[in-house]
Amino acid sequence: MAIVFQKPHALTDAVLHYCPGCPHGIIHRLVAEAIDNLGIEGEAIGVAPVGCAVMAYDYFACDMIEAAHGRAPATATGIKRCRPDNIVFTYQGDGDLASIGMAETVHAAARNENITVIFVNNAIYGMTGGQMAPTSLPGQVTQTSPYGRDVNHCGWPIRVCELLATLEGPEYIARVAVNNVKNVKAAGKAIQKAFQNQMDKKGFSLIEVVSACPTNWGMTPQKALEWVESDMIPYYPLGVYKDRTAAKEAEAK
Amino acid sequence: MAERVLMKGNEAIAEAAIRAGCRHYFGYPITPQTEVAAYMAKRLPKIEGGVFLQAESEIASINMVYGAAAAGFRVMTSSSSPGISLKSEGLSYIAGSDIPAFVVNIQRGGPGLGGIQPSQSDYFQATKGGGHGDYRMIVLAPASVQEMASLTVKGFNLADKYLMTAMILADGTIGQMMEPITFEDVQVEIYDKPWALSGTKMQRKHNIVNSLYLKSDELEQKNFERYERYKIVEENEVLYEAYRMEDAEICVVAFGIASRVAKNAVAAARKEGVKVGLIRPITLWPFPSKALRQAADQVKSFVCVELNMGQMIEDVRLAAECTRPVSLCNRAGGMIPSPGQVLESIRKAQKGEM
Repeated sequence: MAIVFQKPHALTDAVLHYCPGCPHGIIHRLVAEAIDNLGIEGEAIGVAPVGCAVMAYDYFACDMIEAAHGRAPATATGIKRCRPDNIVFTYQGDGDLASIGMAETVHAAARNENITVIFVNNAIYGMTGGQMAPTSLPGQVTQTSPYGRDVNHCGWPIRVCELLATLEGPEYIARVAVNNVKNVKAAGKAIQKAFQNQMDKKGFSLIEVVSACPTNWGMTPQKALEWVESDMIPYYPLGVYKDRTAAKEAEAK
Repeated sequence: MAERVLMKGNEAIAEAAIRAGCRHYFGYPITPQTEVAAYMAKRLPKIEGGVFLQAESEIASINMVYGAAAAGFRVMTSSSSPGISLKSEGLSYIAGSDIPAFVVNIQRGGPGLGGIQPSQSDYFQATKGGGHGDYRMIVLAPASVQEMASLTVKGFNLADKYLMTAMILADGTIGQMMEPITFEDVQVEIYDKPWALSGTKMQRKHNIVNSLYLKSDELEQKNFERYERYKIVEENEVLYEAYRMEDAEICVVAFGIASRVAKNAVAAARKEGVKVGLIRPITLWPFPSKALRQAADQVKSFVCVELNMGQMIEDVRLAAECTRPVSLCNRAGGMIPSPGQVLESIRKAQKGEM
């Protein structure tokens, strides 16, 4: 019988702990498929964050390390500088990457550290029960912004791709989403490109994945995906924010 | 004869680290450890596989060390007191993940931004934790430029042997002063690192470096196992120097630069006929408690000489089990006691004035 669908090899058999309807499962799968497609599982070393994906070290079949909160790009830097021929990636959420770990993110990008960063933006701290994130939208109700995010009080959400794209350093910065089939397919391509760039020694690639958190948004999975389309993507437009190689090629033409 | 070179203490650490097989240095500028980084920045790029990287912060640098150590490489960072506070979170993760690392603290006066003059006020931080959770570091206290080099090599070896952080706890004086040294005693011990992140090559199950254990009984077990290992360190790795202790009635206890001042004072007191000796802990953890407990059976009292408000004195009291009085002779904030001040403390102890 022909196999038409199976679990990627780069995922273990461990049962994911994520909530029902959480897109982390999709994003894990996309990362694993990219690793499978490129045949790099044996060389890959993943860095798990502090946040919902903290136990990603159990899910990816490659060598894994659990980093301190926000420090994954620094930990990845340490690994990559020792083992430049391995493929090193981080998998981080918005609190981890864009709040407590913003310095590590910006400087790893500025150094054009040859690593791949998967940044899952679901506009909330999921693991700790739904607090306001650096990417929570204006007016968004969370546990620590119960009257809605007041930008006059606690500032504006941060658009990470736009910010990093101002740097000379990074190779590839793109924002994708996983709220429908078309976007999932595009996200998979972008993630694979981010790994390919590292194999080609091009440098720092970050893929921001606009995601959802039905549990802490207080929505059904279906409604949450609709909210991604209606509210998240307008504030966080999808697209490629920086692609040095493509820009060079365009210039050459 | 072995080649002798004149070096600063901080440079001796850097050169010894390279000779010990360290090829990766991650750091952030801070006084008074600057020469360690400067030396590494010059040397490492010229050595095959060598990487010097100035990180964006002390926090980033210790997490780079975490990654490099997890990859199975001999790696180091160096800093001074306020920087070590920032690194302490990372030190806790490294301890919780049971991987080896080598860290240097060239102490300056505190708390807060404090000053940039020599101090020993991070004794508590180094020996009692610093970061969160139950853990220990091997803490080595050099008293000369030669020991800056030899204890660096030892630190790398011990870290790999026991899968824990070894820290050089020195101060601005030893860091900055120059003395002639040799590197002839460098002996690099190699340990297998089957746990290291190297890529599975599709040949083995994945390695995981991690300090998270959500099941309490599992986490407790991890702590128990770690402390079994620490017990072996305590049994096997204590280092101290005893000076003129054979007939001593008073025991001066001092480490690092304070021990050199104290030694002068002991020699001067001996000339006055005072029966005084010195015990100099070289490992601050594991602490030479047995040696001090034995000394307590012999001497009338202890005098602790420290560049802080009295930190090691607590361990001396614990070691002596309150059988003998322990007095403190100290300066703080970057000041160093004179041999005369220590001599006066010895005289007082001799008279029974504590």
